Parts: sequence; C-alpha cells; structure tokens
Amino acid sequence: MDKPVIDRNLYVPAIDAWIDPSEPKARAIITHGHADHARSGHGAVLATPDTIEIMKVRYGEDCAGRFEALDFHDPLTIDGATVTLFPAGHILGSAQVLIEAEGQRAVVTGDYKRLRDRTAQPYEPVACDLLITEATFGLPVFQHPDPKDEIARLLKSVAAQPERSHLIGCYALGKAQRVIALLRDAGWDRPIYLHGAMIRLCELYQALGVELGELLPATGMGKAEMMGQIVIAPPAAIRDRWSRRFPDPVVCQASGWMSVKQRARQALAELPLVISDHCDWGELNVSILESGAETVWVTHGREDALVYWCKKQGLKAEPLALPGLDDDGGEGGE
Amino acid sequence: MKRFADLLELLALTPSRTRKLEALKRYFVEVPDPDRGIALAVLTSEMDIRNVKPALLRETVLAEVDETLFALSYDYVGDLGETIALIWPHKAEGELPRLSELVDLLNHTSKAELPRVIGGLLSQAAIHERWALVKLATGALRIGVSARLAKTALAEMSGVELQDIEEVWHGLKPPYANLFAWLEGKAGRPDIDNAARFHPLMLSNPIEDKDFEKLDPRDFSAEWKWDGIRVQLVLGAQGVSMFSRTGDEISASFPDVVDNVMGRAVLDGELLVGHDFDARSFNDLQQRLNRKVAQAKQMQELPAFVRVYDMLFDGEEDVRALGWEERRARLEAWFQRNPQTRLDLSEVLPFGDWDDLGRLRRQGADEHGHEGVMIKLRTAPYVPGRPKGFWFKWKRDPNVVDAVLMYAQRGHGKRSSYYSDYTFGVWKGNEIVPIGKAYFGFTDEELKQLDKWIRANTTGSFGPVREVKKELVFEVAFDSAQKSGRHKSGVALRFPRISRIRWDKPAQEAARLEDMDAFVGVPDG
Repeated sequence: MDKPVIDRNLYVPAIDAWIDPSEPKARAIITHGHADHARSGHGAVLATPDTIEIMKVRYGEDCAGRFEALDFHDPLTIDGATVTLFPAGHILGSAQVLIEAEGQRAVVTGDYKRLRDRTAQPYEPVACDLLITEATFGLPVFQHPDPKDEIARLLKSVAAQPERSHLIGCYALGKAQRVIALLRDAGWDRPIYLHGAMIRLCELYQALGVELGELLPATGMGKAEMMGQIVIAPPAAIRDRWSRRFPDPVVCQASGWMSVKQRARQALAELPLVISDHCDWGELNVSILESGAETVWVTHGREDALVYWCKKQGLKAEPLALPGLDDDGGEGGE
Repeated sequence: MKRFADLLELLALTPSRTRKLEALKRYFVEVPDPDRGIALAVLTSEMDIRNVKPALLRETVLAEVDETLFALSYDYVGDLGETIALIWPHKAEGELPRLSELVDLLNHTSKAELPRVIGGLLSQAAIHERWALVKLATGALRIGVSARLAKTALAEMSGVELQDIEEVWHGLKPPYANLFAWLEGKAGRPDIDNAARFHPLMLSNPIEDKDFEKLDPRDFSAEWKWDGIRVQLVLGAQGVSMFSRTGDEISASFPDVVDNVMGRAVLDGELLVGHDFDARSFNDLQQRLNRKVAQAKQMQELPAFVRVYDMLFDGEEDVRALGWEERRARLEAWFQRNPQTRLDLSEVLPFGDWDDLGRLRRQGADEHGHEGVMIKLRTAPYVPGRPKGFWFKWKRDPNVVDAVLMYAQRGHGKRSSYYSDYTFGVWKGNEIVPIGKAYFGFTDEELKQLDKWIRANTTGSFGPVREVKKELVFEVAFDSAQKSGRHKSGVALRFPRISRIRWDKPAQEAARLEDMDAFVGVPDG
C-alpha cells in the first residue's frame, strides 16, 4: 500500500475530511459521540443520525456548521471516494468508517465491541485492505466476562445488603444506558435512580427507541427511601460529596478496567463490575483476522501488544499516535 | 477454596476496616478446621509453600502464553500473581479442592510435576479463584490486610485480649487447632515455652518539631539511632536464637553472634557489622543479609555484633512491665554478670534541653553519619506494637540536591497509567549524568502535573521509558551519598525521594557533580 487512501492522522485527502479530529476542521467524519471522538466546532460533520442527535444534546444544536446524516450501509460518494458507515456496537449510533478509493478499502473501526448489546446497533465485520483498529483493551490479560454474570453479582449484593444503596459509576454516554438495559433484562423492575449528568442522555436514548424502564432523579430523595435502590452516576461523583446523601453506599464501578484489582482499588470500587463497551483481547484478534486486512494500524490504548501480535500473524502493523484520544476509551476508569 | 477466594476479594476491595473485620470473623466462625487455620496462616504470612516460587509460576504460564505479550501485560498490571490469573488462557471443568487439600497438594507434589498440577488448577478455577490461588501459592498477598487485623478479628470473635493472642502467637504453628480451641473455650491457653520464642517488638513514632513543646526533656533519655537492622536475641535454656523485627529467625546467617554469647535473657538491639564494635555502613551489613548460610570469609571481614538497647526478660523473669529506667539498670547489671564479645550496650546520651539534643543530633550526623537520635520515656514499659508517647525517633535533616529530570517510566499497578518513576541527574561539564531514581515524595495532584509535563516534553521513548527535555528541576532529598561504580556519575544516593518540584528553577542552576563530593565525604553509619 504505497499511498493509503487515509493518512496516519486519519485524514482522507480524496475528500479533504478528517475522521474524529481532535481540533476543529472544515470537514469531519465522526464515528461516535464520546468526547474524545466527537468535538464541537467543525465546519461540516458527517455521522449517523443517532450520533448527530447525541452531539446536539451534548454540545448544542449549533456545535457544528452543518450536519450531514448518513445511515448505516448507505454508500456516499464524494469526488473520487466512497464513504460507508457500518455499526460498531460500541454505543448507540457508533460506526465504523469504510473509505473506498483507488481500488483500496480502508476501515476505521472507531471504538467497537462484538458482544450483543441492545442499546447499540450490533457490530458487523467489514472486509478491507487496511484496518485501523482501536486497542483500548489490547492486552491478553483482558478477557471480559459475560456481562449477565456481572449484573447477577450486583443483584446478589443488593439482595444481601438491603440496608445499603448500590452506586454504579458509569460513563454517562453508553455505559450508563447499557447497564440500565442489562438490569432490566435481568428482571430488575424497580425505578433506577440517576445522577443529574445522566438524565438528558438517558432521555435521548429512550426517545431514539431504547427501552430503559422507569428512571428517576437521585437528588432530593431521603436516605431511607434509597435503601436497597440502585443509583447510576458518573465515576467522579461517586468519590465526591455527592454520594454522601445515600445510606452506606456500596460503590460499584462498571468498566472493563475493573478486572485489574489495582484499578478497582484506585476507583474505590467495593464491587467492581467488569462490563466493557470495547473488544477484549480475543475479540480484537478475531476482528483483525476476519477483516482480511493485510495492513493494520493500531491506536487508542495498548498498541504495542496488538502490533506485536499482528506481526506474528504475518500482517503489516504499526502503532498510530493520535493526539487527544482518551487513554481509557470512555470506560470511565480515569 | 471458593469461600477463601471470596474472602480475599472482599478484603482486597472493601475500604471499611469494620467490614473487613466482620468478614474475617464470619469466616473464622463458619469455616471448620483445618481450613480456617490455613487461611489464618496465609493472612498472617506464616504460610510458606516451599516449592512454589514466582519463577515456577512464571515458567508455568510462559509454557502457554507468548513471552513478549506476557511481559507487556505484567508491565501494565504490575502484579505478577494478578497478571498470571488474568492472562491464563485455558478453562476446564471441575472445582478446586478445599483450601487445606489444596495446600497439601502443592506441598506434596514434586517440583517436576508442579507446573502441570498448577496449570490444571488454574484451568479449573474461576478468574477470582485463580487470583486467590496464585496469591496463596506465592504467599505474597498485598491486599492491605495486616496480620494484626486478622488477629484483631480473632480477639473480637472470642473476647480474648489481642495482647494475649500476640503473646502466644509466635509459639504456634498452622493450622492453629489449639489456638482456635482456646478461643472457642474448648481448651486452655496453648502452652508456650516463654523463653524460646519471639516476643513482638516495641516500635517508635517519628517526632515533629511541635511535639517538643509538650514534652519535658527531664522525663526522657536519648540514644543514637543505629543504622543496622533491628533484632531480638533470645538466650534461652535450649539455646540462642536471633529474630528479625518481624519474627523471622535469622540465627543461621549470623553464627558469629549466636555461638558467642552467654547468659539468659531476651534482648532488643541493633545488628551491625564491624571490628571491635566499630559499626560500618549499612551497605556492608547488607552483604551479610539475605544469605541462608554465612561464609567464613565474610564473617572475618565483616564480623557481626548486636548493640543492645533493651531487655524484655532478665533470665526467666518477664521485665516488660517495668519502666525503661529499671530495665536499663537490669540490662547494665546483666552485662556486668555476663561479659560479652559480640554484644555491647547502646550508650545513653547526656543532654540538657531539647535544643541541646538537637545540636548533638546535628553533630552526630555531620561527624559520624548517625541517622538521628531515639528518645525514650524513662517510665515507659515495654509495649509491643507502636504505642503513642513512649519512644520517638528524631531523624537528622535529609541532605538535598537540585537535580534535573532525565527519564520517566510508567509506574506499576495503581500508577500504571502515570509516568511516576523518575531518573534525575546533575551537570558534569555540559552534559547531565544520572545520580538516582525516585518514585515517591510527591502528592497525587503533583503526580498528575508531572505526568502531563512528561507527556508534553518527551524527546524519545524506549518501551515504557520516556526521555524528556532536560528542563525540570527536582529538589531531591536523600539520606546519604556513596561512591558507586555502577552509575555513570560515580555517585549513588541512599533513600532518595522528591522533596519539591522546582517548576520555577532553570535547569542551568541545578547542582554540578562536583557539589556531590561534599555529601560523599560524610561517613555512613
């Protein structure tokens, strides 16, 4: 691949557009709504309709000069290149970007996961020559457990300690709604209480057709009422004075990092829930092989191990150092 | 094993001491012998599974996992046991045996068979059981539970005083059936030979300048703070034993001491090396530590002796309840009756007021490299643990040097996402040469700022290490400096730590290598 259709800063020269740029650009393609991928101030934004709605809720209606919604699987040809978005399974609206030009196919995965999650459109493998993959959990120590088992541990703890409330630290976009959906699917039908920072995005998910059940604000409730209840809040609020209003809270953090005890202790998690919106090591491996790509660029996290693994498989691989990407991939681990 | 794994996980993650105690009590009450005793031994670090060492576990896992990927994972996770637990790639049907059977199995499997047996166990275990299994096998828990907390749980569950449990503790062996029988009122207190065992030590608290106002110097005595290792000598009817401060017997490493003492007593003092009671540096002592068997040549070049400062038993008599002054009189009289060639008395320093002692402390540091002084309440009994208000250590002010940050490395575990290990250096002509490495002395907030600065000022990176612009100055505190052939600068610092980050100071004004000579001149110990 002498001259890739996309460069190492995720710039696509044929259409003069950047993918997930960290600074305002004239034309940006946005994979999903997390803050380290979607920023305000671009001239024109191309993204899925859900991602555009999320950006508007987070940054305001006029956070970009112009929005252009592109549905999944709908090829858009601009000048000499064709852009197609495929579901990435990471959060609602999250997309992989396929660029076709000069007979080449390049895919930027954005953040992605393969496990089923009813709050996000399910991931689809996309064949390509060049795969640009994330590596948030790109080490073989990451073997994510079944999230249903994690929710079962949570509900067991709730039943065993009815006098305490359970506070789940979650990233406000994606993780919170997924945890709520998992709780509902496990049969938890009581109201779930939300920190103020969670409310607008949960409402948006519901408006976009994701069923989350009865959600109530956590503020203004008395201690006695909150015994035995489940509260969802951003990780930082849980370590803050905000959490003092709850009766002897059990701090739970929901993130893929929680499999590492030191990380769990650092997050002050008494009950760590290993629930991730990213591929674990095995899923990254499978995805790379499935894509059929001969060249793999690795970004976003633990690149070294995945690059090494790719080379062992006989693939061309190199790490990309992209500015501005959150090392924790929106897993709220800090 | 499942129950034990659950307990370990809870202990590792529950911040509340009360809740940890509750969990421990519940475990000790509900789990039968001998499993609970084995668990107690693991929690108090008394369990040694002889043939399972970290190297063997590493070998077991490397037979299944790529070495480079393992190394990268270990670098990230920071804890060998946890890395193994998380990375193990196989899953098999079955359940782990109960704790006592598991320990039996590990202890009675030949070295050659162990990797296969351990591999089988790891495959059978659920992930958090794997973690507990590895912790158990290596004996390195590091879960923030002290032996004292486990014993406190025993005290609370039984109503027996913690002090009484500590008293018999070092005469007991896992699985502690006699201990549990006593705690549950089914048998009397375990019968322990008083003179032949380790007695928990009394420890001191650091003193701060403001503390002196409240203390009358006439109530206190002072001694040098010796820079060796704390030992307890038990001179009993059955022979002589020497224990480290944690109760490990180290007699075999120091036959030159234990074979050459006489009399009956339990003594507290500092192990040092040197001829004719002239103590040499801690570095010299280190050459004799961590050796299972002493070598004749070393014993000749670096003979060991103990500088005694307290007495717990005078003959058979327990004198711990007496005040320091009375114990000291007993100790001096005992030395009169039992002339020694390998024991001497730590001298008592005469002083007037605190300023006077402060001058003495500085003089001792400057002229003899003493670490500081110990201050002891004359009426204080000998109390195991770290009681408040009895013994104080007053360390000399550290030496400081302004050095330039050269390299930063990511930390381990909790700090694995931060650049928290720093190599710094001083000017030699127009280049900067490294003089040491430090990874503490700064706050979490400062760590964040440093991490940010390092990421923004990286000039090169080598694996987990980043080279940075030579612009940031640290004030580095250290206890002493020595000549060293290992460092390019020829100087090595003892116990270096970052005392201040000099965001304001230009790198040109940092120290020069010549400045270090002044520190190297100070004798150590």
